[in-house]
Amino acid sequence: MIKGKFIDNLPKVYGLYTGGFLVFIIIMAIAEQAGMSAKMIGIFFVSFTVLIYALIGWLSRTLQTDAYYVAGRQVPTVFNGMATAADWMSGASFVAMAGGIYFKGYGYMALLVGWTGGYVLVASLLAPYLRKFGCYTVPDFIGTRYGGNLARFSAVVVLTVASFTYVTAQINATGTIASVALDIPFEIAVYVGLASILMCSMLGGMRAVTWTQVAQYIVLIIAYLLPVFWISNNIGAGFFPHFMLADEVARIAELEGQFGFVKNSAADLATVPKGLSAITKAHSAVNATPWAFISLAVCMMAGTASLPHVMMRYFTTPSVRTARRSVGWSLFFIFLLYSSAPMLATLSKISLMDPNLATGIIGKSITEVQALDWYQNWNQAKLMFVSDFNGNGTLELNEFFMKGSAVVLATPEIAGLPYVISGLVAAGGMAAAMSTADGLVLAISNALSHDVYYKIINPKAETAKRLIVARVLLVLIGFAGATIAALEIQGILGSVIWAFDFAMSGLFFPLVLGVWWKRANAPGAVAGMLLGLISGTAYLIWVRSGGSGFLGITQLTFGIVGAAVSLVSMIVVSLITAAPDAATQKMVDDVRVPSGKTILGKQH
Amino acid sequence: MSKQEQHWEKTRNLLFITLAIWFVFSIGIFLFGAEMQESSIRPFGYPLTYWFTCQGSLAIFVILIFWFAGRQEKIDDEFGFTEREGDQ
Repeated sequence: MIKGKFIDNLPKVYGLYTGGFLVFIIIMAIAEQAGMSAKMIGIFFVSFTVLIYALIGWLSRTLQTDAYYVAGRQVPTVFNGMATAADWMSGASFVAMAGGIYFKGYGYMALLVGWTGGYVLVASLLAPYLRKFGCYTVPDFIGTRYGGNLARFSAVVVLTVASFTYVTAQINATGTIASVALDIPFEIAVYVGLASILMCSMLGGMRAVTWTQVAQYIVLIIAYLLPVFWISNNIGAGFFPHFMLADEVARIAELEGQFGFVKNSAADLATVPKGLSAITKAHSAVNATPWAFISLAVCMMAGTASLPHVMMRYFTTPSVRTARRSVGWSLFFIFLLYSSAPMLATLSKISLMDPNLATGIIGKSITEVQALDWYQNWNQAKLMFVSDFNGNGTLELNEFFMKGSAVVLATPEIAGLPYVISGLVAAGGMAAAMSTADGLVLAISNALSHDVYYKIINPKAETAKRLIVARVLLVLIGFAGATIAALEIQGILGSVIWAFDFAMSGLFFPLVLGVWWKRANAPGAVAGMLLGLISGTAYLIWVRSGGSGFLGITQLTFGIVGAAVSLVSMIVVSLITAAPDAATQKMVDDVRVPSGKTILGKQH
Repeated sequence: MSKQEQHWEKTRNLLFITLAIWFVFSIGIFLFGAEMQESSIRPFGYPLTYWFTCQGSLAIFVILIFWFAGRQEKIDDEFGFTEREGDQ
């Protein structure tokens, strides 16, 4: 039922789906008025949406390799854009980014520029050429372009390190949301999240992931925009917040001046639960050096162009031309959310800070704040905390603590919106984290099943066996990710940033030069991938264990070290070894021309 | 020069233009973040640097990609390298 006709009917199918989802929100709103408890609303939202995704996953099951690996290469431009946007916007973008901006201001807004600017590199340097190549996975491109199992295997190693770091963060995010919405312990919620992720991807591979990601995009964008518009209208800031919050931004700066940024003593901070922070940086001031801002943006941009789960989305379009346009649509759909994140941070802050608003809590008495319903809920979940450090009985700016990942989830409640919006936001966060986790788990298991198992270990394997191996690996990787996520080594935003740095260290130059430099050869690419990854990782470990670092490169921007080593070693090694043979040079020429047959066949 | 070489030269030039615009709005302007913030140009009333980080640069990237895609399609058409039905 999903072939041919389904593709033609996509706008209708997803139009109905969107309408149905809106009706569901309205029903929940009515149920809330009729007295349904907040807890039940949360459970309904999360479980209803997850069941829909699972249903789509089941309907898209397949037994064909090209459907499993590249969704049959027939995903239309705009829908691939939506799927990529969901694939791309993870728990970090949805749940953590506005929180990062809320706490750190300008310094973290580099993420907005980096995570969008990277798409210019994707569109111009890579996506159309990799689509022309006709590969199933990113290591498939590296392995065929450079030739040899070592190059292919090195690419799998880099891909696995980067994607695995990323996926633990996403499973962590699904766990955080499921534990708050379903009211279960985090250690169990992580596995609930995992089960939902696997249901979407296991039976149908890329095809199932594509159609669930489109559905997830619709949920997450409604869930992100609705509260932003609602709060803005509610507090009279303007009906279209993106163009009308200038006064609020100025007002926050004024209030910040009035309250002042008091530094808490170490002894006071020791009483605050782990991972929570107070506002310590100005909202809109330029409070980072140009280099700090630019280096973070550069890492995120190069990382975007090297992350395999994004790149492989452009393997699913019908042609090179649509792949190119699809990148534009992806970024447009991402832009809708990213341009709203700083607005959400602004609205959240003004709601908390402004004493003229009913919701403002700074300056109120501590006992009054502690009696608030929403404060008690979030405090119980260890995501919010207040303490009267100076003993004056009123809440100061430096005495209110929140976890970065709670800002988006808690803002609707803080701003006094009905609970149905909080349930919606939880469903949106779940959609964002699940869609990215799906893409990542699939990227890793596809690389292992296609590139390691089929291309290196057992090239004679039959289709059925290949797809069984792929699915077994998918489950194993999911479980490994969930187990590590349950340990909570690094916050969501931190691990995601690391993933970009890993990808950039090992894959950026080998991918780009594979298309743009004919002289690049296999030894050069292997040196670039491995030395890049090793030096980047070594720098990270050095800085993490107390090393001073150099050139102001921090543990969030170690990709600059990795990528620089990667570029130099790739060029040097390529030049001192033999040039690629004529067949490879011809292959590069063919990749550069959009028309004609793909380099690799439809089934390979 | 063969047809293919000419096509690639034009493609490469388009890449350089695209990357130059990209560089200005992703890196270039943020070298002057502090100075721009003080500027009297305030889009929608927001401080200039703040506006570029949350809307300006992002919107420019979206437009840039569609512009790039359109130009590249023209180059492909000019040399008859546009894909036809059944190519893939």
